[in-house]
Amino acid sequence: MTKRLFVKGNEAVAMGALEAGCRYYFGYPITPQSDIPEYISREMPALGGEFIQAESEIASINMLLGASACGARAMTSSSSPGISLKQEGISYMAGSECPGLIVNISRSGPGLGGIDASQADYFQATKGGGHGGYHIIVLAPASVQEMYDLTMHAFDLSDRYRVPAMILADAVIGQMKEALDPHPYKAPADLPPKDWALTGSGTREVNKVVKSLYLGVGELEQHNLKLHRKYAQMQEQEVRCEGYELEDAQLVVTAYGSTARIAHTAVRIARREGYKVGLLRPITLFPFPKQAYRDHTANGQKVLCVELNTGQMVDDVRLAVPQAEVDFYGRAPGAGSLPTPEEIFAQIRLHCEVH
Amino acid sequence: MNHDVFMAGFGGQGVLLIGNLLAYATILEGNNASYFPAYGVEKRGGAANCTVVMSDGAVGSPVVGEPEAALLMNPAAMEQFYPRVRKGGMALLNSSLIEDDGSSRSDLTLVRIPANEMALEIGDSRLVNMVMLGGYVEYSRVVARDALKEALKEVLPERNHRFLPMNHNALEAGAAFVREALA
Repeated sequence: MTKRLFVKGNEAVAMGALEAGCRYYFGYPITPQSDIPEYISREMPALGGEFIQAESEIASINMLLGASACGARAMTSSSSPGISLKQEGISYMAGSECPGLIVNISRSGPGLGGIDASQADYFQATKGGGHGGYHIIVLAPASVQEMYDLTMHAFDLSDRYRVPAMILADAVIGQMKEALDPHPYKAPADLPPKDWALTGSGTREVNKVVKSLYLGVGELEQHNLKLHRKYAQMQEQEVRCEGYELEDAQLVVTAYGSTARIAHTAVRIARREGYKVGLLRPITLFPFPKQAYRDHTANGQKVLCVELNTGQMVDDVRLAVPQAEVDFYGRAPGAGSLPTPEEIFAQIRLHCEVH
Repeated sequence: MNHDVFMAGFGGQGVLLIGNLLAYATILEGNNASYFPAYGVEKRGGAANCTVVMSDGAVGSPVVGEPEAALLMNPAAMEQFYPRVRKGGMALLNSSLIEDDGSSRSDLTLVRIPANEMALEIGDSRLVNMVMLGGYVEYSRVVARDALKEALKEVLPERNHRFLPMNHNALEAGAAFVREALA
């Protein structure tokens, strides 16, 4: 057995990426994610890869697009304001069907905001943050171990569907340290070869093209429909979520990432006090685990959605279960606004007593 | 086993280091732990605090509103965090710097430890954090002191291993003080 390590969430992302064979990193420093480029800049040269601190976030996302178009496993990372800058490039990647990993260790906003944890980038991440009506894969780790595991998984999903993937975490998950069981990466046997990648035409007669520009009548519509068929397929096949104490729960608390960890303890307290409460934690935010919400509200259960923002994922929950009563508790992100388990427990009690 | 402890002082007192050490020692013993630093605009002399949650099962929240135990190392930490310690919990106050005798509460176990004087007596003012940590572990028994020593050896670069005995002495001194105070 390999020894359990004690590392930061950000370091786990970097370790998972290198283990998964990512050999190109492009980025620009910003708190609270700079541990990722720091780690990769130190370790990448020995692996024969390239680490580039670009002149800007915009340059780095376009470098990622370029590396991806050539078939390389590549990534960038940033935090909220930097991710906003990358949106044009992400839209081009989505349009060009370029896989690649974008890590957002989000911080509070809008604008420069602050450096504290935030979940206010949910809309931007899951609804297609740039122009053109696309989606990207969005995974929400809730532990240091998941930062490692889901980073690997994100590369696989992204390559399989040729859809960019995002790890969406925050300063809590990025800066906290926990045990990590590092395990070797194993590529899925059925991962399709990147026969679309631009590797030089050689003696081939027809050039391959990676592009997002489609001017012919009907061409772009067909292209968009193709993208949306892939999203529908992911909805069928790639949804992940985790349940805790849901079997007899009358109130389903739901949260992702850092707030899911806090809510987990709140649910544990509530169970100790005799309340029938469980936790539903989406791991994939896009595709969203709609069916799980249907399953766990089929007998009239109420839902309490907890977020570190003023209400974003709750919209998707309400769309998934329009018949259910879905309430929201959130804190606007910023210094000092991280909710405590005791605070969420108080909300649970409130909802159970009204029930 | 489920324990949590909050540690606070000012930058330079080694608050984050002992938080790291405690979490790492817990993991070395085969249990789970999270270490969550208050993440701010860092500077020497600024406020520093962290939360360590330890469990033999899954660690839930790395954030704790009312900690089971608190190591408070300066007056600012005392003022801000003493009222938050859980009822029935424990507070270890660095009485070298904190004048407040803690009498505003009678619903917790209180130990006032002159950590600065003890550190100086052992040989280095920078051992304040180790004295406090030794005291906490004596109270909570969450890890063996040997696991802390092992963790310290692993995180310190070899060239600094000559400082290990002094750190061990500080852990033992803190433990002995708390043992006597609670006897």
